Amino acid sequence: MNATEVMDDQINKKTSKVKNFFRKLSRSWTGMLGFGIIVLLLFLSIFGEWIAPYDPMDAPLSKGLLPPMTDGHILGTDQLGRDILSRIIVGARVSVIIGVATAVLAGLIGTIVGVIAGYFRGWVDVVLMRIVDVTLSFPFILLVLVINAIIGTGLTNIIISLAVAGWVIFARVIRSEVLALREKEFITAAIATGVSKFEILVRHILPNIFTPIIILASLQIGTYIIAEASVSFLGFGVQPPEPAWGNMLNEGKDYIFSSWWLITFPGIAIIITALGVNFFGDWLRDTLDPDLKGE
Amino acid sequence: MEDNNLVEIKNLKKYYEISRGLFKSKLIVKAVDDISFSIRTGETFALVGESGCGKSTTGKTLLRLTDATAGEVKYKGENILSLPYDKVRSLRSELQMVFQDPYASLNPKMTIKQILMEPLRVHNKFTPEERMQKIVDILEIVGLSKAHLNRYPSEFSGGQRQRIGIARAVILNPDFIVADEPVSALDVSVQSQVINLLLRLQKEFGLTYLFISHDLSVVEHMTDRVAVMYLGKIVETAATEELFADPKHPYTQALISAVPVSHPSEERERIVLTGDVPNPANPPSGCSFHTRCPFAMDICKTIEPKLKQVGNDHIASCHLYTEHKEEKEDAIIHS
Repeated sequence: MNATEVMDDQINKKTSKVKNFFRKLSRSWTGMLGFGIIVLLLFLSIFGEWIAPYDPMDAPLSKGLLPPMTDGHILGTDQLGRDILSRIIVGARVSVIIGVATAVLAGLIGTIVGVIAGYFRGWVDVVLMRIVDVTLSFPFILLVLVINAIIGTGLTNIIISLAVAGWVIFARVIRSEVLALREKEFITAAIATGVSKFEILVRHILPNIFTPIIILASLQIGTYIIAEASVSFLGFGVQPPEPAWGNMLNEGKDYIFSSWWLITFPGIAIIITALGVNFFGDWLRDTLDPDLKGE
Repeated sequence: MEDNNLVEIKNLKKYYEISRGLFKSKLIVKAVDDISFSIRTGETFALVGESGCGKSTTGKTLLRLTDATAGEVKYKGENILSLPYDKVRSLRSELQMVFQDPYASLNPKMTIKQILMEPLRVHNKFTPEERMQKIVDILEIVGLSKAHLNRYPSEFSGGQRQRIGIARAVILNPDFIVADEPVSALDVSVQSQVINLLLRLQKEFGLTYLFISHDLSVVEHMTDRVAVMYLGKIVETAATEELFADPKHPYTQALISAVPVSHPSEERERIVLTGDVPNPANPPSGCSFHTRCPFAMDICKTIEPKLKQVGNDHIASCHLYTEHKEEKEDAIIHS
């Protein structure tokens, strides 16, 4: 086999991986639905500003509280006359950014802690896991609110608060994965070869916990999106007038009996998003977890 | 004779402590209890016994994959167990291991090339081009080809994986290999291929093997000397031919009588042991085998027999071969 053939072989493998992904996805309607919702969300969060029919910040007071399907406002307007559809479309970005950024940050912290605890064990493990236990003993939303109250509101701060409260789940799962891995015979084989502890960690442990990290992160994104909405609804997190689904609920709650559409549509957006992300995460777990056999 | 020994194990002990709770005393399991043997350069030394008798622990302890409780392991005259760990790491290029389960001993996320490159990289041997050549050579020696280089372990059969494991062990040109039940996880049809590969490599590279196994027909076929272990202790050591022709210890006799005969008309007196292997955390007093021994005497229950010369280069630990003649004859009559 010469060099170009090897290259071709690798390229073929790449394309067949993509094909393989869609073939497996097409077997599960929940997986496809989840994947579709995620693609739509990503699309909205990138191009939302150009797709939105109205400016989400534009507030012609005279047009306030229009019901859906009037004057070209498909989902109606809020108390300040802002187009709800446009605000939902543009608000998708906040949800996506918070969901993804928190999953990355929490995943990173949790993985580092989990790997250290699981690999080195001893008193390091005991100390780290007690911290995890203490953190887990607080209700998640309460902890997020407390941290948010300390460091202040805003997009970056809500991400930090969610990650600081959320990394423990990753730490737990990754630790148990590492504990199981380090007893595997190929780790003993690496030690017998003379590989150093650090290299075993980087070359043998980390590649083998990548799959559980991805699965867990995809499932956690839904949780973070809902948590952000809850926190914003309670007045922390993303501040009005910047459109986010959570603070739309907060602003609309006063009109719940007179103008139902103010909270109904952002609520539906949150439900669909969380459902889609979880569908996809479940599918990912079912597909990747039973056969962790290579690649 | 002494100079001929590549590896010498003296009074090796490996105890595990099991804590049973805060207020109970710790339980000590003597996985390896004071064993001594030596392996001569170029030979294949077998360690046989039932599962749980401590043979794998012995193999791992003498490569310092687990820490010994006490004892010495001398490799080329140097005690490995007292060396600082980075010295041991560099020694690992000379001492290698082939593992039992080829499905667990290869990292599923690494290609064959990466798996075989690792020992060369860790021990900093050869230039990059030479390394590649070395990997291709070794793959061909173990019966695979360079077309397999970029594949993952999951794409291979058990026998092929074990060949990769063997390639990884011999690529550094070691002197000594611990083969921990290298064929017990394989189909019988594949076993002989892997055994023959190990024998061929031994000739080609002048390897010395510690062959850990519970399969006596394999041991008979490929080893030079055998040590029989029971409950963490060595009960008999002899040259393979002699051991199979004239086993002294009742346990060895029972083991050998259990090997299937190679021809249906061949007859063999079968010694069937009764009872189970005692709990290693609570071994019997005296000779640890007396609970199952067909020749057990009174003395066996109280005094532990010492290893004793019972033939040329043949030692066994059994009271049948010590002074207690009258009792012995009694026991044989009663059995």
